[in-house]
Amino acid sequence: MIWNEKAECMSKDEREELQLKKLQNVVKWAYETIPHYQKRFDGLGIKPEDIKTLEDIQKLPFTSKDDLRDAYPFGMFAVPRREIVEVHTSSGTTGKPTVSGYTKKDIEIWSEVMARGLTMFGASEDDIIQNTHGYGLFTGGFGVHYGAQNIGATVIPISTGQTRRQIEIMKDFGTTILIVTPSYGLYLAEVAEEEGLDNNEMKLKAVGFGAEMWTEEMRQEIQRRFNAPAYNIYGLTEIIGPGVALECPVQDGLHVMEDHFYPEIINSETMEVLSEGEKGELVLTTLTRHGMPIIRFRTKDITTLRSGTCPCGRTMIKMDRITGRTDDMLKIRGVAVFPSQIEKALLKIDGLEPHYQIIVTRPQHLDELEVQVETSTELFSDEVKELVGIKKKIENYVNSEIGLRVNVTLVEPKTLPRSEGKAVRVIDKRKL
Amino acid sequence: MKIKQLSIFLENKKGRMRKALEVLAHAGINIRALSIADTSDFGILRLIVPQPEVAKELLQDNDFVVKMGHVIAVEMSDQPGGLSTVLGILDDASINLEYLYAFVDEKEENAIVLLHPEDIEAGVDALEKGGAKVIIPEDVYNW
Repeated sequence: MIWNEKAECMSKDEREELQLKKLQNVVKWAYETIPHYQKRFDGLGIKPEDIKTLEDIQKLPFTSKDDLRDAYPFGMFAVPRREIVEVHTSSGTTGKPTVSGYTKKDIEIWSEVMARGLTMFGASEDDIIQNTHGYGLFTGGFGVHYGAQNIGATVIPISTGQTRRQIEIMKDFGTTILIVTPSYGLYLAEVAEEEGLDNNEMKLKAVGFGAEMWTEEMRQEIQRRFNAPAYNIYGLTEIIGPGVALECPVQDGLHVMEDHFYPEIINSETMEVLSEGEKGELVLTTLTRHGMPIIRFRTKDITTLRSGTCPCGRTMIKMDRITGRTDDMLKIRGVAVFPSQIEKALLKIDGLEPHYQIIVTRPQHLDELEVQVETSTELFSDEVKELVGIKKKIENYVNSEIGLRVNVTLVEPKTLPRSEGKAVRVIDKRKL
Repeated sequence: MKIKQLSIFLENKKGRMRKALEVLAHAGINIRALSIADTSDFGILRLIVPQPEVAKELLQDNDFVVKMGHVIAVEMSDQPGGLSTVLGILDDASINLEYLYAFVDEKEENAIVLLHPEDIEAGVDALEKGGAKVIIPEDVYNW
């Protein structure tokens, strides 16, 4: 099923024509209504009329998270506050949060793109969607909610937490689609197993994952545990929330809702725009958002773009699963390491629980990387030499993935913290 | 002739062994014999208890990783040369020993050694042929 065939399966020429028209409009709108953009454009001597082709977007300045933070709270709104019907904020772990404002029409766009995505997962009026994303300032809960309502599915707005209750409801209500973060999904699966809930008792036909990075290996693990296909959801508060890109049943990348969000990939050091298939930082421009248009936002998420007609019939450009963030990249002894690489190595080992924590220290002017993994019955052996061998084996797997020596510590089961939202995978104890 | 032994994974962290032993204490399970293998990162606690299946389940319910394995119990006289005689039998049969632990049974004035050869079956066989007194599980659990 395709929610909006006209928009999702449009030819390349037709779409580009549409994108150009929308880009010209949004640039003009941003320039005329938001002082920040006017100042920036004027500084570079750019006028909205200079946008004559889609490539001309490269003339425009980037917008960073700091720019949005400086505008706190309402400085980036393009309309009087009274036209804003809803606000959300990003988590704000580093300083002030950034505020995202939506007009009535913006909420409609949000619900449209999420309806498209949930339809990709197979959702229809007949489904019961258990939405474990938090409802609140975080965009996850509401984004999924609006999309599900648009489709006409039954939403269980349960939010995160109350894990045992989640499982009871999943069973009693007959949830068919579960929306979770990958780490919370694993925790839910673990508790479901403890409660003796059988895979077959669950009526799940799809699991949607968002708000956190995950590896293909993690997907396999989650699919095995829930006995249902798992699909990726991508989005960010600054742009709209979940719904920027979602995965179709082909499970080979996420379709970017190109008629609403224009994607580019840049080299985050040289700022140069990269061509299709090249890996770099994703930059997004909102093409239709009225209340808070965002021009060339640097997401810090690392991915690649690929165009072409997907076997699912959609023509919207695909982005790969996010493989890292420019800001969660760890520099260990000068080498770039992403937590996702370590996860990938760990999940290749049979019997290893997908709970881990990465600890970086600098005991004597040299970085040390410790990976803590939980022991399971399958991994455990009565022989010291075998256990040491298992530890070495895990160390070698990680080593060959990241090219650095690591120290693996086996810890007792269920001693690493479980997350009910975004997992804390890395603890950096270096004084940098 | 094989004795059931529980092996428990312990993180090298304060209070972990006590926690494991408390689980057994609360259930009124008495420990017959015990040994610990330790490295700088972790330890393996090995236990002989009268109801190994019950103890295993209890420990697992408390989130410990537990494996059930086997060892051979041999009774020997509590005097110099007792243990080396037993080991000599295995040595002569070219059977490698992975680990052992021993203790003294005060009432009987005998010593008991728990042996874990690479090949348990071959070990039992060799010890019996060599004249060692291999003890049956019930006797060990009821010490």
